[in-house]
Amino acid sequence: MPQIVNAVEMRGIVKRFPGVLANDHVDFDLCQGEVHALLGENGAGKSTLMNVLAGLYKPEEGAISVEGKRVSFNSPRDAIAAGLGMVHQHFMLVPSQTVTENIILGLEAPRFVLNMAELDKKILALQEQYGLRVDPKAKIWQLSVGEQQRVEILKMLYRGARVLILDEPTAVLTPQEIKEFIATLKGMVASGHSIVFISHKLDEVLAIANRVTVLRHGRATASGVSTAGTTKRKLAELMVGRDVIFFLEKPPATPGPVVLDLQDLKAENDRGLQALKGVSLQVRAGEILGIAGVAGNGQSELAQVITGMRKALSGHVRVNGEDVVNRSPRVAINRQVAHVPEDRNGVGSAPSLSLAENLIMKSYRKAPVGSRLALNRSVIRKQAEELKTAFDIAAPNIDVQARLLSGGNLQKAILAREMSAEPKIIVAVQPTRGLDVGAIEAVQRVLLDERARGTAILLFSEELEEVMALSDRIAVIYEGQIMGEVKPEETTLEQIGLMMAGQRLENIRGETDGHE
Amino acid sequence: MLLGAMFGFKVAVGTGNPWLGLLVAMLAGGMLSLLHAVVTINFQADQVVSGLATNFVGIGLSLVLGEGLSKAGTTALLPNWTVPGLSAIPILGPILFTNQSILVYFGYLLTPAVAFYINRTRPGMHLRAVGEYPSAADALGINVYRLRYLYVFIGGLLAGLAGATISLAISPGWFSELTTAGQGWIAIGIVIFAQWNPWRALAGAYMFGALRRLILDLQGPTMLLWFENPFRAQSPGFFLQMLPYALTIIILVIGSRSAMKKRVGAPAALGLPYVRGERGR
Ligand SMILES: Nc1ncnc2c1ncn2[C@@H]1O[C@H](COP(=O)(O)OP(=O)(O)OP(=O)(O)O)[C@@H](O)[C@H]1O
Ligand SMILES: [Mg+2]
Repeated sequence: MPQIVNAVEMRGIVKRFPGVLANDHVDFDLCQGEVHALLGENGAGKSTLMNVLAGLYKPEEGAISVEGKRVSFNSPRDAIAAGLGMVHQHFMLVPSQTVTENIILGLEAPRFVLNMAELDKKILALQEQYGLRVDPKAKIWQLSVGEQQRVEILKMLYRGARVLILDEPTAVLTPQEIKEFIATLKGMVASGHSIVFISHKLDEVLAIANRVTVLRHGRATASGVSTAGTTKRKLAELMVGRDVIFFLEKPPATPGPVVLDLQDLKAENDRGLQALKGVSLQVRAGEILGIAGVAGNGQSELAQVITGMRKALSGHVRVNGEDVVNRSPRVAINRQVAHVPEDRNGVGSAPSLSLAENLIMKSYRKAPVGSRLALNRSVIRKQAEELKTAFDIAAPNIDVQARLLSGGNLQKAILAREMSAEPKIIVAVQPTRGLDVGAIEAVQRVLLDERARGTAILLFSEELEEVMALSDRIAVIYEGQIMGEVKPEETTLEQIGLMMAGQRLENIRGETDGHE
Repeated sequence: MLLGAMFGFKVAVGTGNPWLGLLVAMLAGGMLSLLHAVVTINFQADQVVSGLATNFVGIGLSLVLGEGLSKAGTTALLPNWTVPGLSAIPILGPILFTNQSILVYFGYLLTPAVAFYINRTRPGMHLRAVGEYPSAADALGINVYRLRYLYVFIGGLLAGLAGATISLAISPGWFSELTTAGQGWIAIGIVIFAQWNPWRALAGAYMFGALRRLILDLQGPTMLLWFENPFRAQSPGFFLQMLPYALTIIILVIGSRSAMKKRVGAPAALGLPYVRGERGR
């Protein structure tokens, strides 16, 4: 239970970025031995506040004390020395170095020569203590995202951090990993650590946090409210400032002809292993086909093959009857196949170009935006302004660099661009990952509107609730193969879970029939 | 390199002490590299642009300060040395350890020393982190700017050393920009090819050296085995002189491809200035 001395006290923190007031006189307290959740819309200033606490940013105003002592951090090193460790939203690991090297990076000891065998042992001992297992000799790039996160946490524990700041730790985890992760958190609290936990998943927050602070447009709308007396709905309202609809009304589907026809697709992943082992699927106009599955079972590769970004070894991708397999992304764009990619920064946007330029990136070849030689600046600006308004993209103006947008607003910008081309097919990969409840609602609304307009939609998602709520049909992918196809109203979460673990639909049905 | 070659030779001629020449050459290379460091680290300018500009400054300075030096005649050179014992090893002894410039042995020793430093020591690990993913290093309190300054400077020292090696040992003298003949550029290819492994760097550099030598030797004899030598020095033979450069680059590129797939390519942050607080890398 929380004690009286505060592990951390932040008072009146102000932090500005060019054109944005990211933190506006924010107060934040962390009691010893509690899990304190930090909630807020995308761009509300959560990461900024915690970066201030972790010494990465210097606040313009405000005071911080740690365990009762006033502190002023000039660098992350100072914060670490004071016992504060932060795991960032974007991992801060050196991909080409080993787990052990990443953990001891920047420490004073050992002074010069590294005795790797001995260090590996020390790390293993620490892993035992907290139940965070990962091979110390493995290179970071060989690890799954969940394992990388364990390395980040171990890094901070190794430095003796008593306060852990976790910025959206569960956004990148699979449901199974989230369960383990929550158990780990409980273990750490039991051994005397205090934890700040940033998340958009309200169920999770209610399950593990003792108290919640909510930020909205850089200001705290709730400070240290106990989770015992609140509900998901109330929290969502504090975040967004209005009533949030968690699951949108979905009118019955009116499927048309088959628009996207995938036949026996086979493809390799980046490491040269076969990621797709014969996938066949059909999507009709005006319907949403949901693809459920644990990340890394071929979803990314399938989306890339359809959008022309990856070569298939064999098979066909027919768009309105025309085979476009192994052509190019340009062909896919010309056939009005929209792509909402998983990697928003690398594939979905050009981070150092402006918002306006990102918004026209798929239409610049066509009049009136561009001609053979030149771009029409005034048309671009007008279109960008219109899209910014229509899709409610929160940005100071259309000239900001895309990388300065928060996660949710970048995603809205990508959607705006893709939808402005009036697509016939949409391939959306994890479109709501990392988004706040308000933004999720907006994204889902866009997809449902497109469905009503008669677009064929292929929706990849790890969120089972989302797949169940939005899809007209659900296909489950496992190790590059489709385990079965079901209708949401005729299936259960359990049945889908079994298929996600590699059981074929026929076998599951066979079993249950046998019991009857 | 050219600056080092010029200073090394100039000081050696002036003072009669080649060791002093070597020292001044290294310092000159180091000073010039600091210009590059200020531009790329403090002002976050593009490293390629700054590199080219720094290169021109170096060439210009060398030519101006080296004016008349080509007629300076000869000077005391760095000594050659035969390693007692090791030179007696059959085949390898005469090739590697007999009557070589003292700097050649320095190269032999430097390679394992640097390999150990990079892979097995704390500062070496920090060096790799700063070159691969500076924001991770920064988040852990490593002073990215200071380290980058330090290693750019060390790089400059070594480039100066390389230049002096040419003008005071390998092909002594000052022949204006032909002294180094652009060999320093090969270093860029080698950095990418080496993938943080000094042994690979050594292999790349020696391969380039061997190719150059081979072409020179090929231009000599009238008959090759039983054929008339097609490579026989037709003056000026520019095409042949280009070959080692082109071949080296091609071989380095091919040699780097397989490793790229394993994601252990050139330093990932090569060419990227580091700015704290920027999103992404
Ligand atoms: N380095 C920066 N330079 C300029 N503006 C920035 C920078 N970092 C953040 N911002 C802006 O500050 C505001 C707050 O951003 P912050 O990253 O703290 O949001 P967040 O609450 O963590 O959002 P999300 O849920 O998307 O992670 C946003 O408007 C963002 O665009
Ligand atoms: Mg954030």
